[in-house]
Amino acid sequence: MMQLLVKKHPLAIRWFHWINFPVLTLMIWSGFLIYWANGVYKIGFGDTTLIKFFPQKFYDFLHLPQRLGEGMAWHFFFMWLFFINGIFYVLYTAISGEWRALLPDRKSFKEAWLVVLHDLRIRKEAPPQSKYNGAQKIAYTAIIIMGVGSVITGLAIYKPVQFGWLCSLCGGYTFARIIHFALTIGYCLFFIIHIAQVIRAGWKNFQSIVTGFETLPVAMIPDEEKNEELPKNKT
Amino acid sequence: MKNEIIYTDRQVRRKAIIAFAVFFLMMAAAIAGWVYIKNLPLDNGLLGGVQEPVRKVLTINEAIFKKSLTNNHLAKTYPLSAAVKHPRVNGDIGMGDDFDPASWSLYVIKAGGDTLTLTLADIKKLPKTEIVFDFKCIEGWSQVTHWGGVKFSDFIAAYGLNNESSMKYVGMATPDNEYYVGVDMLSALHPQTLICYEMNGKPLPMNQGFPLRMIIPVKYGIKSIKRMGTMYFDNERPADYWYERGYDYYSGL
Repeated sequence: MMQLLVKKHPLAIRWFHWINFPVLTLMIWSGFLIYWANGVYKIGFGDTTLIKFFPQKFYDFLHLPQRLGEGMAWHFFFMWLFFINGIFYVLYTAISGEWRALLPDRKSFKEAWLVVLHDLRIRKEAPPQSKYNGAQKIAYTAIIIMGVGSVITGLAIYKPVQFGWLCSLCGGYTFARIIHFALTIGYCLFFIIHIAQVIRAGWKNFQSIVTGFETLPVAMIPDEEKNEELPKNKT
Repeated sequence: MKNEIIYTDRQVRRKAIIAFAVFFLMMAAAIAGWVYIKNLPLDNGLLGGVQEPVRKVLTINEAIFKKSLTNNHLAKTYPLSAAVKHPRVNGDIGMGDDFDPASWSLYVIKAGGDTLTLTLADIKKLPKTEIVFDFKCIEGWSQVTHWGGVKFSDFIAAYGLNNESSMKYVGMATPDNEYYVGVDMLSALHPQTLICYEMNGKPLPMNQGFPLRMIIPVKYGIKSIKRMGTMYFDNERPADYWYERGYDYYSGL
């Protein structure tokens, strides 16, 4: 049987994605080693604590205590990979035109809402989508803005004297540390949703971030397209 | 660029297998690299330290940020009213109970080997400087605190230690040698670096390093040694307590 092979993710994007995954994991892990030494954040009001970052069990489970020095060393080791990979990703998407598929527009927000309704099984049919749906566009653009935020707030708390102006811009040393932490929690939430969506979308979709392509049985190609000379450039 | 091509099932499978083989190979290489570096011996033996490649990167980081730190980069200062009444006490290494204030002197070991023996009165004679700044602990907390003492650079000038200050580092240790730090000369000579004998306008409390401590606003608190007993100068990195335990030597802000 014949299959129509549709190119989806360029090689560069796949590399950036799969470099970022372990690097960001190690940045988050070493970040927790650092955070442990002054783990004071919580969400609550008055004397009521809703969420504590983090319960002692969490620290013990991940073996985080007493490893501040180690955490800082790894954090300031892998920060370069995270930073350089991120820069290259942004440059690549900007120059290749890939940003067009990623940047949300006015329609994306409504579409994202429909995607959410569909995901929650409230709405039956999924909104029509090109390479990425509205929710994906918003999520994948937001994650880059978060990355920029992590680098900026990270630099602000890493060198608060040399980059005093940046530290002030982030609302001061203490607040910059809070943003830096909140962004990290954001990555963890992103990761959970991302994994859930990838599982939902199925194997065909997942394998395309490794192979770069998706396939369609030729039978599914509309007749008029089949009659035209193939291969055909659709973009 | 051709975005759509028709292939046979076999061709598609072959492409996918190659892609996944490369993918798993790369992931395996990354994990192997990580495990390899993580299992390298630590560079300070039994005390700890970090793996050699990690230390190399920390040294590169130091080179980058050392170059860009100038005397015009000042830690933000605050009005007196912003200073906390009871600054946090965090470290007690080198602050043993057997310390006898009466026998304390500051020993400054000069380049030739001569030792300058100074009393607290000798230090207090020099021009006094005060600072209210956000003291930053390497643990991640910070506190606006008020300190008074002598600028390190004034001290160097007053005692004619110009040969010494042309060296790369200054080393400092507690009288019992339990705690010790090394600081690069640029940071020591930074205009906000104090040899400090007052906190909140009063003599240093015992647990804040009476009679004399360092206050180095361009460094994490680990470098602001309490109860300084000796000072010496070197072109090599002086021994540093937390460096030996895996922290960055520079620890600059």
